Amino acid sequence: MRKIGISEIEDIALGAALLGAGGGGDPYVGKLVAIGAVKECGPVTLLSPEEVPDDALIIPIAMMGAPTVLAEKAIGGTEYRTLYDTVSGFFGKPVYAFMPMEAGGVNSMLPIAAAARLGLPLVDVDGMGRAFPELQMVTFTIGGGSATPMALVDEKGNASIFRTITNKWTEELARAVTMACGGSVSVSLYPMEGAFMKKYGVHGIVTRSQRLGSAIRKVKEASASTPEEVFLNITEGFKLFKGKIGDVLREVRGGFNFGKVLLEGIGECKGRQAYVEFQNENLSATVDGRILATTPDLICLVDTETFYPVPTDALKYGKRVMVVGLPCFPLWRTEEGLKLVGPRYFGIDTDYIPLEERQKGGKADV
Amino acid sequence: MYKLGIDVGGTNTDAVLIDENRNVVASVKQHTTPDAYDGILAAVHAVLEQSNVDKKEIRQAMLGTTQCTNAIVERKQLAPIGILRIGAPATRGIPPMVDWAEELQKIAVDTAIIGGGFEYDGKELAAFDEAAARGFFEGLKAKGVTSVAISCVFSTVRSDHELAAARLAREIMGDEAHISISSEIGSMGLIERENATILNAALYKVARSFTEGFARSLEDEGVTNAQVYLSQNDGTLMTMEYARRYPILTIACGPTNSIRGASYLSKLTNAIVIDVGGTTTDLGVIQNGFPRESSVAVTIGGVRTNFRMPDVTSIGLGGGSIVRQKADGTVTVGPDSVGYQITEKALVFGGNVCTATDIAVRLGLTELGDKTRVACLSEEFAKKAMAAIVELAEDAIDSMKLSSEDVDVVLVGGGSIILPETLAGAKAVHKHSYGGVANAIGSAISKVSGTYEQLIDYQEIPRELALAQAKKEASALAVAAGAIPETVEIIDMEDVPLQYYPGNTCRVKVKAAGDLA
Repeated sequence: MRKIGISEIEDIALGAALLGAGGGGDPYVGKLVAIGAVKECGPVTLLSPEEVPDDALIIPIAMMGAPTVLAEKAIGGTEYRTLYDTVSGFFGKPVYAFMPMEAGGVNSMLPIAAAARLGLPLVDVDGMGRAFPELQMVTFTIGGGSATPMALVDEKGNASIFRTITNKWTEELARAVTMACGGSVSVSLYPMEGAFMKKYGVHGIVTRSQRLGSAIRKVKEASASTPEEVFLNITEGFKLFKGKIGDVLREVRGGFNFGKVLLEGIGECKGRQAYVEFQNENLSATVDGRILATTPDLICLVDTETFYPVPTDALKYGKRVMVVGLPCFPLWRTEEGLKLVGPRYFGIDTDYIPLEERQKGGKADV
Repeated sequence: MYKLGIDVGGTNTDAVLIDENRNVVASVKQHTTPDAYDGILAAVHAVLEQSNVDKKEIRQAMLGTTQCTNAIVERKQLAPIGILRIGAPATRGIPPMVDWAEELQKIAVDTAIIGGGFEYDGKELAAFDEAAARGFFEGLKAKGVTSVAISCVFSTVRSDHELAAARLAREIMGDEAHISISSEIGSMGLIERENATILNAALYKVARSFTEGFARSLEDEGVTNAQVYLSQNDGTLMTMEYARRYPILTIACGPTNSIRGASYLSKLTNAIVIDVGGTTTDLGVIQNGFPRESSVAVTIGGVRTNFRMPDVTSIGLGGGSIVRQKADGTVTVGPDSVGYQITEKALVFGGNVCTATDIAVRLGLTELGDKTRVACLSEEFAKKAMAAIVELAEDAIDSMKLSSEDVDVVLVGGGSIILPETLAGAKAVHKHSYGGVANAIGSAISKVSGTYEQLIDYQEIPRELALAQAKKEASALAVAAGAIPETVEIIDMEDVPLQYYPGNTCRVKVKAAGDLA
């Protein structure tokens, strides 16, 4: 158990942007919502998953809708109370704590605001350990968890809760309610008990985000090793490539941003070529024609000077980036996990081979 | 007839005089003074003396200034204000100024979030809480506050509530009150728009000081026959009256003027502009004759805004950059600099610090100061330093390009002597004898604009026809404001669908700009 205040929020936002693996969106408004709540209501208590009773009701908090609408209307502040009442009333028992759904973007920040405003603890756990584009792409799906009952509330005080028969219906109904409420709503989905959360959740994700954020901020303070060594050490990441962006190809299909960024090697990678493909998040990294990493492992592009994460919407010609691979949460590497978020689900014609294995393969080839 | 262009920067105040054929007839550089007025006066005096033209023949005078930027960055001269946000029950989760530096937060005497605002489609989010607004303005009046910033959720879609609040403020706080409303200042994104509005409200004293200072210096020098303008961040001009109301719009006119001045001098409409100063070098891009805009949020003195700003990269390289040799023989340049003390500290000027300028003199790129004082530098050392300088510049050029094709490069600014005439990635490197005062030239050739705004139902008038008509109207307004008809171009156009209106109604806004006759 520990407290999260404003300086922790800054670090968590930065670290979560790295774990967003290119996606998750700009956490700026989310960060302000969290800071606003903590300034008004005081710091948040962060619980480790083990501190939560097995039968306690835990609910993830997120937002749904257009980022441009969130950027105008932000959060009223009473939404989390309404969500609490709606979900708690549905189950006939109190909500014990909140948790985030994903690392990256506003959704890593809003649960902090919810916890602050209700004086409830936040659990150091999420359902991805990174960011993914679709509703069912959470570890809880592997455990048979359901996105519903899902509660949606707006800043005016409107609330709804529904059960659906498939994820497609959930998307459909949620979209209709979101539009009717003005384009952005606060939601709770995948409500679960403590035991289930402990078994399937990604433990320690808030702390990891914070540690990463703090390390990125201080990367240049260390003296014994180079900033790059410090960065790779703290992220436990594999350096896949270092290059200058030569071109960015983009396409919008079905509400997702698809694309490919081409890199020309610099420094020790001079003369070599690489590309990274993405769908909101980065999906695969290929160097000199050989795949070095694929989803669900995290592929992160960071600035070669500051080591700040570079999201897919900020990629542009001439920017110097390092491509780093981070091993994903082990549950994603199971057969069920790969069905949900493996390379073939995203249309990449390759088997999933863990990042570490691909690295070894690389050395054997030379 | 002549145009007088002035640029007040952090270090220098430059002035140029150009004739009706847009030839530069005189140019001067003076030090900027703590009270901008003295520096402007000195520059105007010097340029008039140099040119010896009839003062009555100066018909236009344009001022570009970074005074507002400096006031925000240095937290000086900012006025106490009230902040009213209309949008409850939405937005309460983020109070105004929540992530501002504490020192800057102190400008807010009183803050309130009251009921009102709109949804994305123009439906009312909540009714405008007139009683709360009235109470807020009466409170400000009682505390002697005379400037207020008003913002509202989705006021970019519908400004009714902001305008209603502004009318109340005027009624209660009186005609002398300064009222800034967000829909006239920023674009989508409430927090960024509100931030810009708050800064605008706090800058009214600064605006008064530089507009009055400019007018007074012209008068004192006998320039009484000129129309007076200020430069905006988009390269167009505003009147003194407008500048007093919207001082925040002068933010970033410095880089804009420098890029446009470079474009004018080089006669290029597509190029990368490198403005080398004493401490830093700014790189910008001319795209079809206008500065390329930044696509990311712009921060001013730690405050995030969503202004349309030129896309500028700064690197720690300038004429005064300090050159050092490390133990392993490698040579570094900058990022620290002797800055404005270059005329005392650089080797060629009798000092004892080796600067980028000394390297340029040693290698014969330029004649400056006493070159015998750099003869002691070994050629190998100088060449290594020059290689470091060139690498910094070439990397920066590359990062500004949109593709790997070579582009034209224009070198301007007082420090541009440190760069050679060939750079990798550059098709050609262009230098001009007036490159040192490109800012002031940019100011002098700023365009005059006209903005047309109208609600149009595309079901009644097809979109293409409606936009064509709006462009014509905007162009006519620009011409009415003094633009030469043949030079008028559309520089900004937006149409926002308003779903709460019948049919397919859109708010159409077009801005046209042209050269001043």
